[in-house]
Amino acid sequence: MIFSLAIYAAPYTSQASDSAYRFALALLENGHTLYRVFFYQDGVHTASSLNTPPQDEIHFTHNWQALAQQHNIDLIVCIAAALKRGLLNKQEASRYDKPAFNLAEGFEISGLGQLVDAAVISDRLITFGG
Amino acid sequence: MSTLHTINKSPFSHSTLASCLQVCGKQDGILLLEDGVFGALASSPCAEELATIIETGVRVYALKGDVNARGLQEKIRAGILLTDYNGFVQLSIEHKCVQSWY
Repeated sequence: MIFSLAIYAAPYTSQASDSAYRFALALLENGHTLYRVFFYQDGVHTASSLNTPPQDEIHFTHNWQALAQQHNIDLIVCIAAALKRGLLNKQEASRYDKPAFNLAEGFEISGLGQLVDAAVISDRLITFGG
Repeated sequence: MSTLHTINKSPFSHSTLASCLQVCGKQDGILLLEDGVFGALASSPCAEELATIIETGVRVYALKGDVNARGLQEKIRAGILLTDYNGFVQLSIEHKCVQSWY
């Protein structure tokens, strides 16, 4: 079965981003496919390359990067939610004349259409809210 | 068309469980996770409504890890089924869609 996840929760603020990651691990372990993870609202903070948690705490950014690479998962960040929270890729930083960009490798900035596409392509879309 | 409702907020501080119980159909299921597991307590604000809906045949689950992390394993009411993330995945497959209340 094909799954996609929508994560609305910021990392480290609530338990929801941890639940989403555990759900992803479980569905992959059970032989299902994870098509896309869509980061929306405060969930976009997961995709910052500057996230630096203490070494003995969960590193959500690294965890999603590794999982995405291993299982060929789309990690999409909502562009409107990202830009207003100071999360930019190189192209957007240049467009808005910003001194730096911080979108972590493996994540892609795109539009809400990608959430609709995930809902259409996947058998199940599961939302994890903060 | 059956729906799996997921509740991740405590009924002591949020109304998501109460709202969910108002629209939950007989074929639906409810999964309590994160602070939502406080809804499984016999003393929860929604305890009566939850008991009624369980009697009509609705299956109500709680994530065991989240129950244990809060020390509630001895306090959850009879009729609530414990599950884990593999069970969560299976429940999301058995129901046609998943509605997250948060």
